[in-house]
Amino acid sequence: MKLDSKIPEGHISQKWTDYKDHLKLVAPNNRPKIDIIVVGTGLAGASAAASFAEMGYNVKAFCYQDSPRRAHSIAAQGGINAAKNYQNDGDSTFRLFYDTIKGGDYRAREANVHRLAEVSGNIIDQCVAQGVPFARDYGGMLDNRSFGGTQVQRTFYAAGQTGQQLLLGAYSSLSRQIGLGKIDMYNRHEMLELVKVDGKARGIIARNLITGELERHSAHAVIIATGGYGNVYFLSTNAMGSNVTAGWKIHKQGALFANPCYVQIHPTCIPVHGTNQSKLTLMSESLRNSGRIWVPKKKEDSEAIRAGKLKPVQIAEEDRDYYLERKYPAFGNLVPRDVASRAGKEVCDEGRGIEANDTNEGVYLDFATEIQSKGKQTAYAKGNHNPSQEEILTLGKKWLEEKYGNLFTMYQKITDENPYETPMKIYPAVHYTMGGVWVDYNLQSTIPGCFVAGEANFSDHGANRLGASALMQGLADGYFVLPYTVSNYLADDIRTGKISTDLPEFVAAENSVKEQINKFLSNNGSKTVDHFHKRLGHIMWNKVGMGRNEKGLTEAIAEIATLKEEFYKDVYVPGSSDELNPELEKALRVADFIELGQLMAMDALQRKESCGGHFREEYQDSEGETLRDDENFSFVGAWENKGYDVTKSELHKEELKYEFIKIAARNYK
Amino acid sequence: MAKSTLLKSSIAKKVAMALSGIFLISFLALHFFINMVSVFSADAFNEMSHFMGYNPLIQFVMQPILVAGVVFHFIMGFVLELKNKSARPIAYVKFDGGANSTWASRNMIISGLVVLAFLGLHFYDFWVHEMVYKYVEGNAIEETRYYGELVAKFESPVRTGLYSVAFILLALHLWHGFTSSLQSIGFDNKIGKSLHTICYSFAVIVPAGFVFIAIFHHLINN
Amino acid sequence: MSAAKNMNISLQIWRQKNSKEKGKMETYKLNDVSTASSFLEMLDQLNEQLVNERKEPIAFDHDCREGICGMCSLYINGRAHGPDTGITTCQLHMRMFNDGDTIVIEPWRSAAFPVIKDLIVDRTSFDRIQQAGGFVSVNTSGNTIDANATPINKQDADKAFEAAACIGCGACVATCKNGSAMLFVGAKVSQYALLPQGRIEATDRVLNMVRQMDEEGFGNCTNTGACEVECPKGISLENIARMNREYLSASLK
Repeated sequence: MKLDSKIPEGHISQKWTDYKDHLKLVAPNNRPKIDIIVVGTGLAGASAAASFAEMGYNVKAFCYQDSPRRAHSIAAQGGINAAKNYQNDGDSTFRLFYDTIKGGDYRAREANVHRLAEVSGNIIDQCVAQGVPFARDYGGMLDNRSFGGTQVQRTFYAAGQTGQQLLLGAYSSLSRQIGLGKIDMYNRHEMLELVKVDGKARGIIARNLITGELERHSAHAVIIATGGYGNVYFLSTNAMGSNVTAGWKIHKQGALFANPCYVQIHPTCIPVHGTNQSKLTLMSESLRNSGRIWVPKKKEDSEAIRAGKLKPVQIAEEDRDYYLERKYPAFGNLVPRDVASRAGKEVCDEGRGIEANDTNEGVYLDFATEIQSKGKQTAYAKGNHNPSQEEILTLGKKWLEEKYGNLFTMYQKITDENPYETPMKIYPAVHYTMGGVWVDYNLQSTIPGCFVAGEANFSDHGANRLGASALMQGLADGYFVLPYTVSNYLADDIRTGKISTDLPEFVAAENSVKEQINKFLSNNGSKTVDHFHKRLGHIMWNKVGMGRNEKGLTEAIAEIATLKEEFYKDVYVPGSSDELNPELEKALRVADFIELGQLMAMDALQRKESCGGHFREEYQDSEGETLRDDENFSFVGAWENKGYDVTKSELHKEELKYEFIKIAARNYK
Repeated sequence: MAKSTLLKSSIAKKVAMALSGIFLISFLALHFFINMVSVFSADAFNEMSHFMGYNPLIQFVMQPILVAGVVFHFIMGFVLELKNKSARPIAYVKFDGGANSTWASRNMIISGLVVLAFLGLHFYDFWVHEMVYKYVEGNAIEETRYYGELVAKFESPVRTGLYSVAFILLALHLWHGFTSSLQSIGFDNKIGKSLHTICYSFAVIVPAGFVFIAIFHHLINN
Repeated sequence: MSAAKNMNISLQIWRQKNSKEKGKMETYKLNDVSTASSFLEMLDQLNEQLVNERKEPIAFDHDCREGICGMCSLYINGRAHGPDTGITTCQLHMRMFNDGDTIVIEPWRSAAFPVIKDLIVDRTSFDRIQQAGGFVSVNTSGNTIDANATPINKQDADKAFEAAACIGCGACVATCKNGSAMLFVGAKVSQYALLPQGRIEATDRVLNMVRQMDEEGFGNCTNTGACEVECPKGISLENIARMNREYLSASLK
């Protein structure tokens, strides 16, 4: 198979404009003759579905939640990047493009990333027009904050709920079209198979999660916007229902899966508390604007803290190791996520972690310095040039509350500790997956008519995503890319007519799903689905997590193979197929996670270099930083499925060419 | 928008409830003022009562409006209660309303019904009596009879006690109802909010005043 | 932080096979629940126990488990999202309970939120209200005016955001003695009413959304204020007052 990324010719800044101008169109009178299926209603899915419906296509949208408004984009806290340069600090489209490529450790496609940077400004305009209430300053202008991996303030935000506000904006556009009858919305439905007719994506099999009924839905194009696969680790910041099933089903139908080993481990999450824990909670990266990360310099101090004999505030300034500021003076606490996470793991591996859990893994995120400086600043602004320590503390805490109030409250509810008084405890957790279904410049997978958008594709973030860029990509794909590229594809379909769901392909697809469901329900094993999911997560976190090596990865591949066999032999799924059955839903998802986990380990094994979120312990420099091998690994690793045995999957390579950016070692020092 | 749809809407009903409530509150304030006068001066009380009893504007315009206001407020209250009950066909096994709202706000229908029952008695005592006196028996105008009639009503300790209980329930009704009516008509700006203290004071002082008047006449004049 | 402890509890939970069959309360015992667990993790633990005993696990809605998606519900010991304020059920932790407690768990109760199974209810009525007018009619072309072309004063922007913070969980309806949805609708109406972008369609929006709200069978607001107390996002009653004003002025146009 030859991978054709279909990147247009021309100068980087003109590629998208020229390309767009020459794409085929579908005339307004023909659009109602064409059906489009959109699976997933997060930022990418909701924005795409709304856009297609506005254009006049018939849209069917699917989500597993009870409402499209609940997709996990809603949980993004910090913000969305856009090269508006409102803060007059020298930002530009090129800089956003450059920062994103560099942040991705030179493993993303130039043309895609530049397009993303180009449309970033439109996203903000669009969202404001929709009534998204971004934060504003006293002059009524939009406010910005800084995020990791950049030296400009280009992040737009709405308190700590930016993802929510953007998703509700997209949801409002979606709702408008549902109300107008242009979109048929299928809540509590899960896609379980893609239907191909003559090699083209022509529909899906979806399960109605309330009645259990399997439904056939046909369309001229299918858009997959189902998010990332972080839940392969069991514990992650993803929603409980987030899954890879849609992406994995199309992979098994012929779509290549690219860079599965690129996983982002977010540095600031609340540490694990116990064995019954179901998920991890993120504390926004924006907190690193105001918080300083440290652990005690001395191991004894960390031990005393864990034993409850010492409190963090009792550790003297000179006994603290602000390790990010020490190692990366230029970016300090705002180094990119992968760098911050690894540094945290390193100090905990040295035995300096401060959390009293099984693994002692946790570091401090301390706001004391910010309370002092902002308290003083606020006092001065109020004309008080000689504030007492008490006034400074009060004003400083108030400032923090205004900026991060909801995050601090959330932290306190979960941990029972007051972050205004004592530093937060944080530790890295799986958060985002840069890998995903391979797509070309049109966001089309290797299956014609099957497009993949948002986190579900692999396209824009290389080996590491910068903060506040996921929201940008989701909306860019849905609002500003797919409407053009999908229309171009559909221009050949105006004479096709309605696709019948009675075609043998639909019957076969439905039967295969039915068979899988029946197999689970009649299995009568002895262990719950979660039992297997937790074991998978354990293997993944320990061997395909923040630090990876050949031995561990080889073991992981074998262990997952065993786990898979055991899963099919011994899983117990209660209930029946014709009812709401959450255990069955989980079983179907975990089956795909197990296969994906294996592929991730294989991908990590073949990539004999360290880059971004993929850290191979064998490949590091003398200071423990990632060591890329541009000569041999400057490619996208796209896997082709070869059936039940994932280890038989075949690797295809798409070379990455950097024509407009000088490739260099990533340096945040 | 068509008037019929407007009147059917939940918000319109709520506003109607609020406006009729505010109207009844204004009547209550007037009534309170006149009754309070009885504590200080029997003559002044007689004079005011006579005016209220024989002025044609009061008798033939204001009085019917008042009665209509009471009936409307009562019927609307019932309609809303029924609608609200149907909004939750299956009740909770455990419902801890006290955790998030006052008893008064949750039980307007109870306080309202008690007040209504009292109003029935009150109408029987005064209004029916007035009608009989004036129109059935056709008695001559007697400008000084009111004070004596008032005092006589508070002779019985049972009646005075019931009267007081009714006003305590009225206080609860007003405690929620007054501020609630401002909220319903959307009057929640700075001025609206600063009125809240006045509302709560009114809800306490006026019913307490009525009770005071009753006990005053019961103890002093009987 | 007090160190995590384990406790034994008793649970009374509403079980209902599907929307057609009748349901009833059932009692379960659960041991070794960590005080550091979230409420939903406790239910996971109970489900694991039930599945291992070959009994049917309890169906309940949940997704993000960080208090923002609005999917989790549950009426716990007589209160929406349980005995704490400003949080969703997934943020409720077992340290709020004591060893030996009996915890009563019911689904949201509202004619407009019919039970689908056990503790899961159908909240699509909220979606239909949103579809009736909860949007600005602007196409998603990106060819709008520059985001900073219309300054919006910070106070209005902040208030619009506070209203927009609604997660659509339905706690307001569940906790209201009248089963009223006015906090939800008021918040949506307010968000747009406070912003210049939303003013243009303000009249139709409020009329249509209130009409849809009434059609769905929600009760009428009597200003008890319970919704504001139980709202996980602290949405203010002011939003209901604003909706009332908007509705009145729209009706008189």
